Amino acid sequence: MAFLKRHQVLERSPTLLFVFSLLTVSVGGIVEITPLFYLENTIEEVEGVRPYSPLELAGRDIYVREGCYVCHSQMIRPMRDEVERYGHYSLAAESMYDHPHQWGSKRTGPDLARVGGRYSDAWHVDHLMDPQSVVPESIMPKYAFLADAVIDGEHIEDLVKTHRFVGVPYTDEMVAAAADDFRVQADPDGDWDGLVERYPGAVVSNFDGQPELTEMDALIAYLQMLGTLVDFSTFTPDPSR
Amino acid sequence: MADKQDIDDVTGTDTTGHEWDGIKELNNPLPRWWLWTFYGTVVWGLAYTIAYPAWPLINSATTGVLGYSTRAEVAERIAEVNAQNAELTERLASADLATLAPDDPAHRFGVAGGASVFLAHCSQCHGSGAAGVQAAGYPNLLDDAWLWGGTLEDIEYTVRHGIRNETDPDARWSEMPAFGDIMSDEEIDQTVEYVLSLSGQDHDAAMAEQGMVWFQEQCTACHGDNGEGIRELGAPTLNDAIWLYGGDRETLIETVTYSRFGVMPAWGQRLDEEEIKAVTLYLHQLGGGE
Repeated sequence: MAFLKRHQVLERSPTLLFVFSLLTVSVGGIVEITPLFYLENTIEEVEGVRPYSPLELAGRDIYVREGCYVCHSQMIRPMRDEVERYGHYSLAAESMYDHPHQWGSKRTGPDLARVGGRYSDAWHVDHLMDPQSVVPESIMPKYAFLADAVIDGEHIEDLVKTHRFVGVPYTDEMVAAAADDFRVQADPDGDWDGLVERYPGAVVSNFDGQPELTEMDALIAYLQMLGTLVDFSTFTPDPSR
Repeated sequence: MADKQDIDDVTGTDTTGHEWDGIKELNNPLPRWWLWTFYGTVVWGLAYTIAYPAWPLINSATTGVLGYSTRAEVAERIAEVNAQNAELTERLASADLATLAPDDPAHRFGVAGGASVFLAHCSQCHGSGAAGVQAAGYPNLLDDAWLWGGTLEDIEYTVRHGIRNETDPDARWSEMPAFGDIMSDEEIDQTVEYVLSLSGQDHDAAMAEQGMVWFQEQCTACHGDNGEGIRELGAPTLNDAIWLYGGDRETLIETVTYSRFGVMPAWGQRLDEEEIKAVTLYLHQLGGGE
């Protein structure tokens, strides 16, 4: 009972009680979170996953700004019904360059983890302008204003640098070319060879069909690449994970 | 913790030594059933972490003695259902759709399964009832009007390779020029009047007469001499009341001036062989199949 008597010391000093409570609670967090940073089987190495191109990154910011994650998840769980409907279950590596990740926790709308390439650009424009025009039963709000919001990528280099700062492996070349890559991805007539070399699999298209570069272009560029980077015809995930 | 025992007179139980206005706090032991349940959960918790993946070690976490894995489980579930359907799936995947009898179990399996494939992948553009989106470029699949053909073979090809997409080199392809770059506004207006006359709508006869000349010159190569359309080119029929983007004067001027470029993804890259055939069978029996 001598040990329990020492406990009295903690019970009688609010400061000590606070400090030791904090230490005790921290153990729970440390045990659960820290291993994720060093365990080799947390994120498997997957071929094809690359950092976002500047235009996709800008589109991702619009996705976050508009709160798309509130209604749409980006996480196909390993369950038969989800795999049958949305495609291969999501891999940790597919969101390794997401800061923060967009897994979401609620599906008012469908999961978007593999929406890339599933619909035409024109469908995305129609759908974002007026979702009910193509899906009458939808309750999604209209995002027509995105087509009027012209963007010039003024801060795109800073954005890429910021993501590099938090660990995304953007090279100096990628940072230097950020502004050009940003514009050329929405210009099929431009010289986009460098862009596709730096960001393999990047889709080049005038996404919104307008001559100006708008937020609509950026958001659709982002949506059209979601889940398309890993080639599941050549990659088989380790089944024991 | 009291330094010495202080027995309560009434109950004969030890007290904690705390006293407020003459009221003492009894120090009853925890109920045995509660205590043993608590110990039980501790033991259960430890056993659980041994049975299932849990403890982080140097390079990886323990995998658990039961060898449980979510990935293995989903693979197993999918394999289980696939095995149940294996016979029908194989029969459908290898079947020649044109000769597959409607009362064949594989045909019924295909139509039912195709309805699910359609809802998951096609309904966003073509509507959950396959009626398309009128005047927005998403074709109605219930009627007899087909842009690229409505036989089983045609439908299967369109589903597999898509239309005007960049991802499949075998995609159906045709491109209407934007006549705004080729013809003057007046010439376009005249042509549109002629197109209106083809489908029996109100039109300016004098303009249409001149428009016919432009039509013969610019449009017949794809749309046919009388605007009957040519399926090999996906060129729509212009002499009926069915319109993909709308048949009123304003929309026609827009279409001729800027052209249209409807894209359909290539589903051969996303769907399994039997899923493509299933959705083909489903579409063909909706009403317009040839």
